[in-house]
Amino acid sequence: MDWGFIFDVSARSLVGQEAIVYALAAIGLNVQFGYTGLLNFGQAAFAAVAGYGLATTVATFGLPFWLGILIGFAGAALLALLLGIPTLRLRADYLAIVTIAASEIIRLTFRSSTLRDTFGGSNGLTGFTNSFFDLNPYEEPMGFGPWTFGSREAWVLTVGWVLVLFACLIVWALMRSPWGRVLKAIREDEDAVRSVGKNVYFYKMQSLAIGGLIGALAGFMFSIANAAIQPDLYQPTFTFFAYTILILGGAARVFGPVVGAIIFWFVLQFLATLIESGVRADIFPFSLMTTTQVGPVRFMLVGIILILLLVFRPQGIFGNRKELVFDVR
Amino acid sequence: MSAESPDEPATRLDAGKAPAIDEVQLRTPTRDAALAAFATVPHEAGTSKPDAILTADGVVRRFGGLVAVDVDHLEVQRGSITALIGPNGAGKTTLFNVLTGFDRADHGDWTFDGRRLAGVPAYRVARGGMVRTFQLTKALSRLTVIENMRLGATGQRGERIWRAMFSWLWRNQEDEITQRAEELLARFKLDHMRDEYAGSLSGGQRKLLEMARALMVQPDIVMLDEPMAGVNPALTQSLLRHVRDLREQGMTVLFVEHDMDMVRDISDWVIVMGQGKIIAEGPPQSVMADPKVIDAYLGAHHDESLTEKKVAAERDQEV
Repeated sequence: MDWGFIFDVSARSLVGQEAIVYALAAIGLNVQFGYTGLLNFGQAAFAAVAGYGLATTVATFGLPFWLGILIGFAGAALLALLLGIPTLRLRADYLAIVTIAASEIIRLTFRSSTLRDTFGGSNGLTGFTNSFFDLNPYEEPMGFGPWTFGSREAWVLTVGWVLVLFACLIVWALMRSPWGRVLKAIREDEDAVRSVGKNVYFYKMQSLAIGGLIGALAGFMFSIANAAIQPDLYQPTFTFFAYTILILGGAARVFGPVVGAIIFWFVLQFLATLIESGVRADIFPFSLMTTTQVGPVRFMLVGIILILLLVFRPQGIFGNRKELVFDVR
Repeated sequence: MSAESPDEPATRLDAGKAPAIDEVQLRTPTRDAALAAFATVPHEAGTSKPDAILTADGVVRRFGGLVAVDVDHLEVQRGSITALIGPNGAGKTTLFNVLTGFDRADHGDWTFDGRRLAGVPAYRVARGGMVRTFQLTKALSRLTVIENMRLGATGQRGERIWRAMFSWLWRNQEDEITQRAEELLARFKLDHMRDEYAGSLSGGQRKLLEMARALMVQPDIVMLDEPMAGVNPALTQSLLRHVRDLREQGMTVLFVEHDMDMVRDISDWVIVMGQGKIIAEGPPQSVMADPKVIDAYLGAHHDESLTEKKVAAERDQEV
């Protein structure tokens, strides 16, 4: 087995585009779930609406890239309003039901053959990223420490990690403020917060929108990195991965989702390459596993790791054990 | 005793001897004023008060076929400690919930300090100066004690999302709030727990924290839902003193309580509810002797012999 190859491939995923996209999605979820206690199971929808907002504006209507970004953000904010107005007055579980349903409705709408001329059906859309890559300052493959990336990938990664840090900065600034305190208090007990004169509904709406707008960044980066958008990338698994990452890294911690995303994609990539090399080198006999089975098996292993993590370190990697002990629910 | 200054009672209680009832009912000018206001008020249900801060009319709350609250008229005297008592299921907490906007009334109208509050959401009721606590204490477990307190302050600039990101816009106000919170914590003897998570407090300390947090709102009326429930006897006296302090500072207190000793000790006026209605009002001593009140608590047939009934029932079964 070529260990050098295995580690090289895995190490690239430490800073890869998946880590960026899912870190952003999980940072948004952290605002909603980690700090405010809102069970948003439709983060995929916020990313999809933003991604399609951009792609449709540019690819279908031929309008400028930056207008597409604006429309993507506006779409995510509108989605937060549409989901929030009917559900945020109800108990937490209703938001979970409504958001997961909404995220499927949105995906299937983008996918529908009736709207193929606008959204491109199941093939999605391409050719909306030229303006982004026109700004690329890198002209040849770039080396970042031990890694070397093609110029396009290097540009995507640079912008992506800047956005991740920017999102972390915003979350940090908000959560140390009295506004963040109200959010954390809502997570603990809404009625107590009402009883001291705070408009809980309004704060929950703001939290849903802020988390959704950060989720929109994930959608932009996802479609820009692939230079394409496809509806089936935004299945509920997108949201579930983001939750896994959030819990892995530690909820209600600024860098929790970032660390979670990096580790999650590293482990996933490492297991995939390791098992695949093992199968090829006949360490795992072919009767036990074929190379096509590697994909599902790595998710099984990640699942097992996650279960072990929840048993032995329920607060995640960054989480505060003391804070978790008083879980009153 | 009436010549005592308001400062003396506290020092006396701090001396640590178990206070007898008449000693607890220490006379202060504020208490005398509160009692004097009630002197001319007739002892009957739904009676009007000389200076009512809270007035409710025809408040009805139904749960399906059950009429939980059906209050014709209710007035709470400003600057007094008023107890709301009644047997389990009398509708006391429901009335609290309705008045503070935590529940909707089916009918009725109520005003607080001249402002109509029917249909006003809970957070506006609280901002308007009517703050409540809960029967099951709502300490925010995974926030520290000081953060619990800071949350209570109203009109915080840093609670607006655009200002929140820039700490220089709210830092000064936050310092003022922290100072006020620390003073209150010291008064409630919670200052040593300042940076602990509220979840690590004992039941009684949580009650104290909840009351202190309510005071951060700077309310005119404090509504306490069973402040003594689950509090150990050592803390009871301290809680009683804090409730009396509220009146001394010019606040009005309305509280629900099952502990009759507490009701007798600190309330200036008692309102009794039974089956959703107000059935009696008056000063503690006269209300507790009222046959209607005793009936409500013990049932109208409470003085019949149980053994006779039992014998009769057994005989009926045998036949």
